[in-house]
Order: sequence, then C-alpha cells, then structure tokens
Amino acid sequence: MDWQPVWLTLKLASTTTVVLLIIGTPLAWWLAHSRAWWKHIIGSIVALPLVLPPTVLGFYLLLLLGPDGWVGSFMQSIGLDTLPFTFAGLVVGSVIYSLPFVVQPIRNAFEAIGERPLEVAATLRATPLDRFFGVALPLALPGFITGSVLGFAHTVGEFGVVLMIGGNIPGETKVLSVAIYDHVESLEWTQAHWLAGGMLVFSFLVVFAMYHLEKRLQRTGH
Amino acid sequence: MSNIDITLQHQQGDFALDVTFQTPATGITALFGRSGCGKTTVLRAVAGLLKADQGHININGASWQHQQHFIPAHRRPIGYVFQEASLFAHLSVRRNLEYGWRRIPKTQRRVKFDTVVELLGVAPLLKRATHRLSGGERQRVAIARALLTSPQLLLMDEPLSALDHAAKQAILPYLESLHDELGIPSLYVSHDPNEVARLADQIVFLEQGRVKAYGAAADLLTRLDLPVASYDDAAAILEGKISSHDHTYHLTWVSMDGGRVAVSREDLPEGHYARVQILARDVSLSLRSHTDTSIINILPAKIVDTRDISPSQVLVRLELLDGQTLLSRITRRSAVGLGIKEGMTLYAQVKSVALMS
Repeated sequence: MDWQPVWLTLKLASTTTVVLLIIGTPLAWWLAHSRAWWKHIIGSIVALPLVLPPTVLGFYLLLLLGPDGWVGSFMQSIGLDTLPFTFAGLVVGSVIYSLPFVVQPIRNAFEAIGERPLEVAATLRATPLDRFFGVALPLALPGFITGSVLGFAHTVGEFGVVLMIGGNIPGETKVLSVAIYDHVESLEWTQAHWLAGGMLVFSFLVVFAMYHLEKRLQRTGH
Repeated sequence: MSNIDITLQHQQGDFALDVTFQTPATGITALFGRSGCGKTTVLRAVAGLLKADQGHININGASWQHQQHFIPAHRRPIGYVFQEASLFAHLSVRRNLEYGWRRIPKTQRRVKFDTVVELLGVAPLLKRATHRLSGGERQRVAIARALLTSPQLLLMDEPLSALDHAAKQAILPYLESLHDELGIPSLYVSHDPNEVARLADQIVFLEQGRVKAYGAAADLLTRLDLPVASYDDAAAILEGKISSHDHTYHLTWVSMDGGRVAVSREDLPEGHYARVQILARDVSLSLRSHTDTSIINILPAKIVDTRDISPSQVLVRLELLDGQTLLSRITRRSAVGLGIKEGMTLYAQVKSVALMS
C-alpha cells in the first residue's frame, strides 16, 4: 500500500484548516458584526466556492498564480518561485476552496450569540479583546468545531482544484483523490479500492463524530 | 458631590430622545414611563453601551460623556442588570459571579464576595450550571454578579419584568435591602407603578423621549397633573418609624409626625424605618374624626389639590400635618356633598395600609 498520498493529504488538510481558522475567524466576526452595506458583497464572494465548479476556480488560480498572472509575476519580481505545482500552491487553492465551509459555521455561531453577552461582559469591566477571547470564542466553540471538521474533510476530498493547480507530483502535490484517479486510470483496482474504501470509512467517522460532539455540547448548555 | 446630572439628545430612526434631569445619587431613582418612552436608551447611554449623539453625563462629579469625551462601558464604575438575566452559558454560577469580581483590582473592591452572595441568597446555587436555575434564581445571580464589581452606580433595566408574580415578590425584598445594606445608588428602569411606588426614592418620569417631571417619589406619585395619580391603583407612599406592636390584635403601628397608621403585625424592631403604601381608593374623607367606625387609621389633613378624573370621580391630594402627601379618590357626589375645596382641613380615613420595608 502506498502511504505517501495519505500523509500528503493529511498534511495539506491540517495546514489548510489552521490557515483557515486564522483568517476565517476575523472574517466571520466582521461578517457577523459589521453594518457596512458592502458586507453582503464580501459574504457572497466568500460563499462563491460553494457553487463554482472546482475546475473553474483552479483555472483562474492557475492564471493568477502562474508566471504571467498578477500574483505570479509579482512573486517572481521579488525573487520567489511561483506557486502552481507546489505544495504551497495547493494550500492556497484549498484555503480558497474550503473558505465558506469554515467561515459560515463560525459566522453563524457569532450571530447566534448576539450582542448581549458581549455587552454584559463590557459592563463587567472586560476589555474588547478580553470579551472576544473570554466570551465570544467559548460561546462560539460548536461553530469552530463544525467549521474545522468541515474545512478539514472538504480539503481531504477535493480533486478539481488540486488537479488544475497542483498537477500530479508524487510527494509534493499527488494527494489521495488524485492517486485514486491514477490507480483507476492504470487499472490498479486493488490499490484504488484500499484508498477509496479508506476515504469512505474516514468520511463516515468524521461526520459521525461531528454529530456526536454537537449533541454533547448542546447538553452542556452550549 | 453625590449627584447624577444628565442631558442627552439622541436620534434613533423615528425616535428622538431629548432629556435633562438631575437627581441625588442616593437610594433608588426610577426612570419611569410607558414602553418606548426612551428609558432604556437613557440607561444604556449611562452605561456607555450606547453613545448618545449629544449631551453630558456627570456622575458624582466625574464626567462620563461630554462632547468628544466618552468613557467606554468597560471603564465605567457601573453594574448593569439586564431585563433577561443574560448569564454566561459557558460558565457555572460561581464563575459568572467571579467574572466581574476578578476584573476589579483588590484595592477597589468595596463589597465582600460572601456578603453579596449571602445578601441575594445565591450561596446554594454556586455549583450549579446556569441552565438549571429558575427565572428568579437567574436574576438574583445577575444582580449579585453586577454588585460584585463594587459599582458606584447600579443600573437596572426592568429586572423583574420577565418574571412571574411569585418570583417578583420573592426578589423585591432583595432589591429593597440593596441600598440599606450596601449603600449603592441605583437607576431603575420600570413601567410598573407598583414596583416604582415600592422601590423608588426619586422618580424621573419620561414620556415620548422627554422628561415630563422629576423629583422625590412621594411627591411625584401624588401629583395630580401627572397620569400616575389617575391610575386605578394609584397610591401614596408615607415614611415613618415602627412605634409599637399591638399583641392583642396583632397589629404593628407606624408613626409619623402627621399621625400613625396600623399594619398587620410585622416582626420589626421599634424605631425601624418603615415605608407604607396607601392606595387612593382606600382613602375616604370625613369632616369630623369619627370613633364609631371600623376604620382605625384616621389622619388629619389639608386639601392641596383636586381634579376630576371621570364624570363620577374626583381625585384629592392631601397634605398631612408633617407635610407628607396622601391621595384620596372619592365620588363626585361625595365631593360636592362635603363641599371639597382647596385649603379645607378634614380627616382622611384609611382603610388599608401596606408595609413595604
């Protein structure tokens, strides 16, 4: 059994989830609290990957990040390598592709909390940062768990974006879904079965664990 | 300078708030009026949860808002009790209570943790999760939590309105004891005249975003030019001292310089401060002091104001010998029969007196 695509996939999904939590949290907070009229435009852009075919997203990313694209040519001008067909390129693609799956649950959680607990905390002398970490984050915990799990699982399962901007370089960009495709193309049914079956079990466990966790959190008053 | 001095102008959609009032920062000041009159907006501005467009807020000589100067909520020495208890769901009762307490430097703590916990009777609840509390228990925890920040001013936004009658009656004594025990002045938002009569020392009466009147509670509640006095359960409040107990007939006498009234026996020491409520409909008038009547509370009084409140009823404002005021609602027929007019002296017969604290 070929473990390399499995490790690579887990590495990609973990990195993507961490990056998404870091940029997704402030974005979700802003979407939940801002009264700016253009927040709905940003909200729609964030949700775009939900409806866009992954190949379309991958295609534009390829153009943008490639040596002739804005980002690619800028990176070359400051002496960096371009991103397509690298692991870093995969992370960028995955982050954009999985963004709504992380931002939406966290945003919903922030909106469900409402202003009141934050106002209460303010009258109890908590500074804005203190209110965020001491009240908003713990109360939104179920949203963070759902967002992380969905973001992770969605990245594990992606195919189109990876194929467009990552290609098929073993150890660098050849993730699980691409490996399965490869095996099937070369009629290696046994290997394909192992990987595909593994994915099936993994996906079921993720979804099952998530429901279970949500129920438990609800019972403890979250 | 124990004084609250507030001037606010604020526009919120169609609603315009324009208020000015001063009130002593002692006891409980009620912001009183119908819902939508702007009382919660005033309270939120005092708390710093809302920045009024214009005006100033001076509390005990310190400016909390004036022109560009605005102290944010978390740096104001206030306690705030919301309409719904709003306890933190992710924390236990104890952690809720400690939330504000731990954020106050030790040198600025003027109340003891155990004192407050004791005062509001929340000691048995400390280990519980917040969702296992009843409505009344939740609100008591919320009040204790606010008090534990040692506030200079306690702000309460209809803290009883979400509770049923029994829970309300259970909490009122706690609220009454607050300023006796801790000496923390409060601004108390309410639309309930009974609650206000029971708790308030001063009243700011709001109507459609403006201050209609403000001043001492006993005076405002009996002013005939304000709508409160015309309510069906309009009442006057009198202050006095427990003077003696009648063990035979199970009565407690409350004495004032203007006379004395009897209430059902209460276990209070002689000399203890007493506040009684007398409903306008329980006061009848007589030209002579009768002894051949079932009524035992008879107070000499002078008529200071009268007003017809319906084709059949007249409201009479009376001044007792010590200057305290009483309301009497009588039929117009009786008023004409007795020849009621301002300046006249007569006797107020009080059928029933309720002791409030």
